[in-house]
Amino acid sequence: MCDQTFVAVTFGPCDSCSKASPLMNIYIKNEPINYCSFCVEMMACQGLQKGETLASLKRECDNLKKKLEEERGKLNDVELHQVAEKTEVLGALSVKTRRVLKGHGNKVLCMDWCKDRRRLVSSSQDGKVIVWDAFTLNKEHGITLPCTWVMACAYAPSGCAVACGGLDNKCSVVPLSLDKTENLAAKKKSVAMHTNYVSGCTFTNSDMQLLTCSGDGTCALWDVESGQLLQSFHGHTADVLSLDLAPSETGNTFVSGGCDKKANVWDMRSGQNIQSFESHESDINCVKYYPSGDAFASASDDATCRFYDLRADREVAVYQKDSIIFGASTVDFSLSGRLLFAGYNDYTINAWDVLKGTRVSVLFGHENRISRVRVSPDGTALCSASWDNTLRIWA
Amino acid sequence: MMAEAPQQQQQQQQQEKQEEDEQQQQQQQQQEEEQEEQPPPSPAEATEPNEGSEEPKESVQTPPTRPLLSMRSMSSVDPDDDSPNMIVYRKIEDIVTRIQDETEGVPIRTVKSFMTKIPSVVTGADIVQWLMKNLSIEDPAEAMHIGSLIAAQGYFFPISDHVLSLKDDGTFYRFQAPYFWPSNCWEPENTDYAIYLCKRTMQNKTRLELADYEAENLARLQRAFARKWEFIYMQAEAQVKIDRKKDKTERKILDSQERAFWDVHRPVPGCVNTTEMDIRKCRRMKNPHRVKKSVYGLAEEGTQSQSPIHTPSHHCRKGTKEDVEKEILFLNTQLDRHCMKMSKVAESLITYTEQYMEYDPFVTAPEPSNPWTSDDPSFWDLEASKEPSQQRVKKWGFSLEEALKDPAGQELFLKFLESEFSSENLRFWLAVQDLKRMPQQEVAQRAQDIWTEFLAEGAPSSINLDSHSYERTSQNLKDPGRYSYEDAQDHIYKLMKSDSYTRFLRSNVYQDLLMARKKPETEQGRRTSLEKFTRSVGKSLTGKRLTGLMQSS
Repeated sequence: MCDQTFVAVTFGPCDSCSKASPLMNIYIKNEPINYCSFCVEMMACQGLQKGETLASLKRECDNLKKKLEEERGKLNDVELHQVAEKTEVLGALSVKTRRVLKGHGNKVLCMDWCKDRRRLVSSSQDGKVIVWDAFTLNKEHGITLPCTWVMACAYAPSGCAVACGGLDNKCSVVPLSLDKTENLAAKKKSVAMHTNYVSGCTFTNSDMQLLTCSGDGTCALWDVESGQLLQSFHGHTADVLSLDLAPSETGNTFVSGGCDKKANVWDMRSGQNIQSFESHESDINCVKYYPSGDAFASASDDATCRFYDLRADREVAVYQKDSIIFGASTVDFSLSGRLLFAGYNDYTINAWDVLKGTRVSVLFGHENRISRVRVSPDGTALCSASWDNTLRIWA
Repeated sequence: MMAEAPQQQQQQQQQEKQEEDEQQQQQQQQQEEEQEEQPPPSPAEATEPNEGSEEPKESVQTPPTRPLLSMRSMSSVDPDDDSPNMIVYRKIEDIVTRIQDETEGVPIRTVKSFMTKIPSVVTGADIVQWLMKNLSIEDPAEAMHIGSLIAAQGYFFPISDHVLSLKDDGTFYRFQAPYFWPSNCWEPENTDYAIYLCKRTMQNKTRLELADYEAENLARLQRAFARKWEFIYMQAEAQVKIDRKKDKTERKILDSQERAFWDVHRPVPGCVNTTEMDIRKCRRMKNPHRVKKSVYGLAEEGTQSQSPIHTPSHHCRKGTKEDVEKEILFLNTQLDRHCMKMSKVAESLITYTEQYMEYDPFVTAPEPSNPWTSDDPSFWDLEASKEPSQQRVKKWGFSLEEALKDPAGQELFLKFLESEFSSENLRFWLAVQDLKRMPQQEVAQRAQDIWTEFLAEGAPSSINLDSHSYERTSQNLKDPGRYSYEDAQDHIYKLMKSDSYTRFLRSNVYQDLLMARKKPETEQGRRTSLEKFTRSVGKSLTGKRLTGLMQSS
């Protein structure tokens, strides 16, 4: 079930309703028309024959899907790993655990790096959110939330606040105070309100906006100061488990993945679903953009990670092995995009060669499921959060 | 061991309380979702005898005969059930079935030991070998790891240890009976566990002696179930009686399987409890409310408040006509999309990656060192400095985006534009970026300010927009918003990229910086090397102190 999609080239007042929005540049009988997506839909729906049964519509839908697959297939003249054969093989990764962050009393569910490349925030099932200087292992702040299962946390770009949320169906922003004696939880401000658990959150390019995804099947963009809902994103037909903002400074898109096995790309300005990918066989637990923003990877309960390119509009690689049977819960790219680190429910992290499709290394060490992996902002380290109550820094 | 007991108890109690709280929260959510009124819970079947009035034996429910060792016995995995846990169970069960195959599997045999025979076992080494061969695993450590996980889930177990892991040696393992497989979604009550522990104490056998943690668990349960203990004791007695009638070998096997079952559901303290669920996936499980299901066939008591009638509808709205119409529209638009050929896409991805690989610390070691491995933060200091390294300057040449991302790059580009009297373009672009980051309240005013500064008649920093964009933008400003300048910003960015930026890269100010470190023989070069050296010495000294700090923390 997808909302309408298109590639927005211009932004301005619609020829039909005169509201300013991203415009679809389409042609009707050779006449160029600049309608907003809503008006196009209205026009198209009115054009649809009355009395079309659900069955015939579904058949049309299936036919279109087949046609789309065919069309996409025509462009599939070669596989990524074939072209990548000419690339040099990566040397063996000498990655080890360099730090173990102990302090949470229960499963660590989420973490996020600060832009300063050494601090990070982590959240746990026990309701605690901790801000660490991972380099010195120093715990700088501790916030106790009234609910358990804090599944989402994010560091603000300024480094002055963190966002967190989970089973309370909310996402709150907590300003970080230099005064160590201050009770941070008291300053907590509820920003996002969903009707089910909050599974992921991220600040956009500033401390002023928060993007969240939820078990209620939607994603939403919020104004932090007022708590106002700026935009909501509908289209997933089941819980949304993860989202990631496109890395471009000029971009306005993000990708989300969920229990409907779909990964959707959204336009933040209009709320429209631009592209959709469905090739996983089970829940998508995590999505992450490739550093150039032209592609993204996903981790799923079907024990595979997949790589999708937005320009080809298809899956371009699958990372799997016979010996990997437990679900993948989280992924992140190294700085160049050559390596994909994936955390699994079998307590390991696998490092994949993105281009060649082979596994480069297995990182053992955690004693329970990996819930999150994140490469630091300058790419010098990988942080992993686990159900074994610890976080590890690998480099 | 004694000192640990209260802690474990506390932990267990805490965990149970937490689980109850979470269940309540989950149930509350579930109730909020479900709009229909739940039917009143069906009365729990009478399982407890009335105090003293009846003959205990008559009112006791006989537990079902535990299943025989049948490998072919079907598990109750519904092939259509594709909830995350089931997917894994299916895969494991496939492996476990293949591994027990008479021709393609491991040798399972009876082993003679001292005065007894150990039935139906296989060595850990055999399992490891089989896994390596059949799952294409090269490293035995990996095979041991996955084997240990399969054991921890409860599909096979060491016959002489409560800890479920796989060793690559002569340790004996046995396969679990399908009845006890996790895919049956057992949620055994503490009463079941109490009966089991009680039973163990009745059977006077050294091999069935309780481990310390089990003895503590039993003591705790005796206190918790003080009023029900007579009932529990009777159940245990009844089971022991039935067991005595069974064949000795069969009993050995079944006893071990039962024990392994409890090792999964009541693991040794310190071991992972593999029955823990990801709360986000709970709703779609076969047993979403984790209603207790007795492994001994005892009917539930009290906790029957959640009716199994309400299967969680997990958002999969059946497609309405409108939904399908929308999808058709979506698909049509997708068909019109111009996509790139895979060969081109692949080239693009490879080029990008290769360009950045020298900047990727996981591929190319950073200079002077990776702070996390050397405990020396010099690399960070260098990156943050106002004097960028040659490598950093090189990156600015990759794209306008890279140049603008780095504050030093942005500053240099701005200076260059000022020298060409076209800095208003970049300043406009930056102002619009800022606008998008503002709190909602301030957006309208800021949008106006930008118009005044850059676009109005006689604006102080007038930018050059084509008439079409200008028209559009002024229309947008009638209802000023965060995205009012999208069009204009896009145009200006393209202009900068194709025009100013290319000249910037060829400019002296950029080229000088790019080439600066290439001549170490120059005065400047030597001085910088010396500076670098003294700085690095200083840093390594502080680094050592830092390490000392960390070791003590």
